[in-house]
Amino acid sequence: MEKFVSIENVGQTFDTRKGRFVALRDVNLNIARGEFIALIGHSGCGKSTLLNLIAGLTRPTAGVLLCDGREIAGPGPERAVVFQNHSLLPWLTCHENILLAVERVFGARERKAELRDRTLAALELVGLTHAGQKYPSEISGGMKQRVGIARALSMQPKVLLMDEPFGALDALTRARLQDELMKICAATKATTVMVTHDVDEAVLLADRIVMMTNGPAATIGEILAVELERPRNRLELAHDSRYAAYRAAVLEFLYEKQASHPVAA
Amino acid sequence: MTATTLDATTDAPTKIAAVAREPEGLRMAMPRPLPDAAGAATTLAAGSAPPPASTALPATTDAAVPAATAAGKRSGRLDAVLRSVLPPLLGFALFIGIWHLATQSASGLPGPVQTWEAATALFADPFYRNGPNDQGIGWNVLSSLQRVGIGFGFAALVGIPLGFIVGRFSFMNDMVNPLISLLRPVSPLAWLPIGLLVFKKADPAATWTIFICSIWPMIINTAVGVQRVPQDYLNVARVLALSEWKIVTRILFPAVLPYMLTGIRLSIGTAWLVIVAAEMLTGGVGIGFWVWDEWNNLKVEHIIIAIFVIGIVGLLLEQSLIALARRCSHEST
Repeated sequence: MEKFVSIENVGQTFDTRKGRFVALRDVNLNIARGEFIALIGHSGCGKSTLLNLIAGLTRPTAGVLLCDGREIAGPGPERAVVFQNHSLLPWLTCHENILLAVERVFGARERKAELRDRTLAALELVGLTHAGQKYPSEISGGMKQRVGIARALSMQPKVLLMDEPFGALDALTRARLQDELMKICAATKATTVMVTHDVDEAVLLADRIVMMTNGPAATIGEILAVELERPRNRLELAHDSRYAAYRAAVLEFLYEKQASHPVAA
Repeated sequence: MTATTLDATTDAPTKIAAVAREPEGLRMAMPRPLPDAAGAATTLAAGSAPPPASTALPATTDAAVPAATAAGKRSGRLDAVLRSVLPPLLGFALFIGIWHLATQSASGLPGPVQTWEAATALFADPFYRNGPNDQGIGWNVLSSLQRVGIGFGFAALVGIPLGFIVGRFSFMNDMVNPLISLLRPVSPLAWLPIGLLVFKKADPAATWTIFICSIWPMIINTAVGVQRVPQDYLNVARVLALSEWKIVTRILFPAVLPYMLTGIRLSIGTAWLVIVAAEMLTGGVGIGFWVWDEWNNLKVEHIIIAIFVIGIVGLLLEQSLIALARRCSHEST
């Protein structure tokens, strides 16, 4: 299998006031180009830590991470991150927020008009053409998250990293954004890694679900390949026995094999 | 990195909190803004859904019909205005009354009537010039403001960039912080002789004093602002791999601006406090010098007028900066 992103024997320890804390150990994972990976596990299991490692925001204390054959030495626009809390800059309009990213990636090669077109295209992709001139404080949580996704996609990243992007949204908004995300991923063929704690979201979106054991010293427990044909439709899947089986498998892992200890819950 | 930076400055934020409380206390002493807040609260209650408005009004009964609530709303607004205007007026009236009573029994202190008469005479011609030591009160206030402006301007030019550097690099923070902690509590007037020695003239020495007292809040607030820029924004900068210039202009500067404006407000407040004392010592033209001069002339009513003028100018400076800060503040999301 093609190794577009490969994570080899990665471990992460943090030096805290109470001493060393082993967050991750012996993590091995290969991600193919265009694949959608969902990272799932109980809170505190190091999902976000692993995502930050792929993003290059933190460096591993053991092992190595490669992207497209090169070591991940730091963060960069080829691995765009959609943050959990969207992290839009409140003093810039939605358009300006995206433009900031577009300028960074394409500013050296392209003229202003082209950069503007890219920004508008990104806004259109997430259906927010009308909200370009609004400030983040003037739009809803779901819209902010869509701007965050648009900003990430506008950079045409090799890998799209999402840290519980829909976690803070209500169920209806979340479902709509999941559908949009599926369309976008199908259109852009983006390699995506998404941290989630939502079993349905993982089964619906992912090609493979990477299930993490409980921390400390968390690692990958099981990997479940979701072989449901695309495009996927949530209504049809609701009656699909395979969908139910996948869902059950993840639930079983989370609530039987990795029954959360009360402190972590 | 952030953990150590925060540790190193743990005393800086608390100090700022202490400094920040200072003008709050001053404002509390003045009767005006307090009822403002109360007024805002009542207007809010009146502006929201009818039920809370009607409960807020003792006049309307519990069984308020819709027609009655409309009337209740109107009287609610009147009530709010009354509540925001009445207490300060009462406060001033009480103050003037006590002042009047206290000055009845001789003691040489001029009463409100005397002071008012002197004030009308004084403000009839605020911009006269009879030589360098006898100028109208307008000129005196303006030259004090000019000194504050110049000293403060230099302090901003030096303090804000320095604050950015101190906030951005923990090494600089560790280096400068003890020094600031040592020098900040020193009364700016202690620096006046140094200014006289270096500049050989009274006027720049007074400006220098303003510079010294304005610079600390500016450095500290800017630095704390830089350190408190949310990690999320910096992560965005890192993921986008923005240049240091873009980080400063697009992320740090807008994020720090509210903190910077707080520093500016505190600086201006202190500067206006200090200029009066500095001018008493250096002489020349200025409201502080004027106070001292009128003391020498034994025109006590003029001193009282000066106290009001200083207070009003200080209030205006503070309020205009608060208004500016409100305009520049972005809703964090």
